[in-house]
Amino acid sequence: MSARWLVAMSGGVDSSVAAALLARAGHEVVGVTMDLGHGTRDDAPAATGKRCCGLPDADDARDVARALGIRHYTANYRERFREAVIEPFVAEYAAGRTPIPCVACNRVLKFDLLLRRAEALGACGVATGHYARIAPTADGAPGLFRPRDLAKDQTYFLFDVPRDALHRIAFPLGELDKGEVRALARELGLATAEKPESQGICFVPDGDVRGALARLRPESPRVPGPIATRDGKQLGEHSGAAGFTPGQRHGLGLSGGPWYVAEVRTAENTLVVARAEEMYASEVPIRGTSWQDGAPPEAPVRAAVRYRHRTVSARVRPEADGRATLCFDEPVWAPAPGQAAVVYDDADQRVLGGGWIAGAG
Amino acid sequence: MDPIYLDHNAGAPLRPEALRALSAAHAQVFGNASSAHSFGAEARAALSRARRQVATLAGVAPETIVFTSGATESNNTVLRQVADGGHVVVSATEHPSLLEAVAALRARGGRVTQVPVARDGRVDAARFADALEPGTALACVQAANHETGVLQPIAELARVAAARGVPFHTDAAQAFGKTPLALESLPIDYASLSAHKLGGPKGVGALYVRAGAALAPLLLGGTQERGRRAGTESVPAIAGFGAACEAARSELAESSPRLTRLRDSLWAGISAAISDVVRHGGPEHVLPHVLDVSFPGASGEALVEALDLEGIAVSTGSACHSGSTEPSAVLLAMGVPEALARAALRFSLGPSNDPAQIDHVLARLPDVVARVRRARAA
Repeated sequence: MSARWLVAMSGGVDSSVAAALLARAGHEVVGVTMDLGHGTRDDAPAATGKRCCGLPDADDARDVARALGIRHYTANYRERFREAVIEPFVAEYAAGRTPIPCVACNRVLKFDLLLRRAEALGACGVATGHYARIAPTADGAPGLFRPRDLAKDQTYFLFDVPRDALHRIAFPLGELDKGEVRALARELGLATAEKPESQGICFVPDGDVRGALARLRPESPRVPGPIATRDGKQLGEHSGAAGFTPGQRHGLGLSGGPWYVAEVRTAENTLVVARAEEMYASEVPIRGTSWQDGAPPEAPVRAAVRYRHRTVSARVRPEADGRATLCFDEPVWAPAPGQAAVVYDDADQRVLGGGWIAGAG
Repeated sequence: MDPIYLDHNAGAPLRPEALRALSAAHAQVFGNASSAHSFGAEARAALSRARRQVATLAGVAPETIVFTSGATESNNTVLRQVADGGHVVVSATEHPSLLEAVAALRARGGRVTQVPVARDGRVDAARFADALEPGTALACVQAANHETGVLQPIAELARVAAARGVPFHTDAAQAFGKTPLALESLPIDYASLSAHKLGGPKGVGALYVRAGAALAPLLLGGTQERGRRAGTESVPAIAGFGAACEAARSELAESSPRLTRLRDSLWAGISAAISDVVRHGGPEHVLPHVLDVSFPGASGEALVEALDLEGIAVSTGSACHSGSTEPSAVLLAMGVPEALARAALRFSLGPSNDPAQIDHVLARLPDVVARVRRARAA
C-alpha cells in the first residue's frame, strides 16, 4: 500500500538511494535535510574530501529530490543539535570520557524530532539510509537487526532507539550491500552516486577531535600535564588530557613503547598509560541502559564495546538505577568510558539494547 | 484544486502586462540607452515611459526615480552613500537588507540608534524624535513591514525628521503598489522601491531621490540614471517594472478593499475554527493583503511544510538561504515571546486569490494545525 514517508536526506548516497527505493515502491516520499548549524559554507573546511551531514550537502539532497520528483524541506535543528549532541559531546570529553554523539543524534533528532515532524506532515514514519534492518521478532512486534552488509552495519549507533518507535521507522538499505547501493544510485542517475563515504563525526572535520574541542570549547585551553603509569611513574608530558581515549597509542610521544592510554583523568589533567596486556577487562560496568524488551536479557548474549569491533559472548548482570555489568567470557580490549556497549542476541543478529560504558566519574 | 499561493510578500507572480512589456522589450529593444543612434533612442524611450509609470504610482516626478537592481541595492546605496560614518536612526523591524547595511556601517565606525516598536509593531513618534540628534545623518523607517504588513506612520515620522533637519529614508518595497503612496507630498528624501513585490520582474527596483537631496553614486563607471547609478540599464526588466506599476495603479482602488475582505475572511475563519491563535500587528495600520498569525504549540516551520503538502504555499515570514527558519526577528522585536514567534505563519494575498481559495484554506487549515500540534513537532 502506498503511503507518505519522510526520508532523512543527508545529501549522501545512502539516504539518496533510500529515498529512491521508497519512491520507486510507489510511496509518496518527502525528503527532509536537517540543518544542524555546522558545515555551512562559511565554516566548511575547504575541499578536504570529507563530507559531512551539514548544510552544503542540503543542496545535493535537494538536487536528488528534484531528480526523484519528491518534495524536499530543510528542518532547522541547530539548537536541538547543540543541546542534545554537541554540548554533551564537549562535556563528556571534559570529564575524560569518549563520547559517541551519533547515538544521541539518532535517538533525539532522527527518531524523535523527525518522527514527530513526520506525524505533523501526515507521514507514517521516518526512513533513513542506515544499514540496519527492522523485522518481526518471535513476539510479532518489530525488532532491530543487523543488515545484510555487515561491513556497513550501523546497529551499534541505534541501540537505544525505543522499540515502540520501530514500527514507524524504515531502513530501505537493510537488505542491500554498499556496492548494490552505489550501483542503484548510478542506475537512477543520482548526482550523489560517486560521493565519497562520510566517515566519523559530522561536526569533527578530519576526525580531529582535539581541534574540534578547541573550537567548541575555546574557554578551556589545553594545559600540559603528566603522562604516568598506574603506579605513578611519570613517563612524559601531554598537551591537554581531554580528547585522548583509552586504547589510543598515537600522539603520546613516549619512548620504550608501545604504551596505550588506559585512563583519562581530566580532573588531575593526567593521562594514565599501560602496556597492551594490561588493557583488557572481563567486566565492564555500564549505565543509562536501555533494553529493547523492557528488561535486561537473562540469557547469554553477544556484546561489543566499540563500533565495528567483534562481539564477545557475555551475560548482563543487572544493577540498580539503570546500571548493569557486562560479564564477558573472554576479556575485551580497552573499554572506553562514554562509548556504547551494545548487546545483541546469542545469534549475534538482533539488537537487545545496551548502555554507556561507565567510569571516569 | 491547483496549488494556492499565499506568499506574495516573498515574490508575486508576474503580471500579464509586465510580461508583455518585458517580452516586447527583450524581443525588440536591444539598443544601449546611452547610444546616440536610433536604436539607443528607442531604449531611452522605453526607459522614459517606465520611469513615468513608476513615478506616477509613487506620486513623484519622473526625474526623481533612479532604477536599481532592487530594493536591496536601493537600501544599501542610501545607507552607504548618505549615512556612512555618521549617526543613523533606524526602526527595529527593518528588512535585513537595511539592518545588515546598518550593521556594516557600525562596523566601519558609524553610530546607530535603533528605535523600538510597540507590541503592535509601530514606531512611536516621540521615541523616534528622542533618537534624533543634531547632525544625525539619516533616519530610516520602513513604510510597511515585510512580515506583519504593519504600516508605519511615515508621514508623521518624516515631518519629525524634517523639523530636525534630518534626511529621512523609507523602505517602501512592501507598501509600493499595495497602498497609496504620495511620496512627494511628504518630506521624504529617499525611498526604496521593488518591482517583483507588485508583480513586476525580479532583479529590478528603484530609489526615489527627492529633488535636491544628495546622492553620490554607489556604482561607478557611467553616467546612466543622471550619474546616480552606473551600469547599462536592463531595459526589458525596467519596462516590465513600469507596466506592472501602471497595472497596479489602475486596480489599486478596487484591489485594496477586495484583498482586505479576503484577508479579513481568512482571519475570521481562522479565529473561529482554531483555538488560541494570536494575530500580530493587526487589524489597523496594516497592509490589506497581509495576515500574520501564531498558532501556539505548532511549529511554523512544520506548518509551512504540512500546508505545502496540501497545496497551500505560505511562509513563516523569515527564511534564510538554506530554507530553514529562525524565529522571526520582527516578531521578537515586537516583544513576542520566542515560542510564539516560532509558531507564526504569514499569509500574504495577491491579485490571483479568490474567495474559493480562502474557503479551501479554511477547510484544510484546522486539521493541519491540529495534526502539527498533536505531533508536538519541532
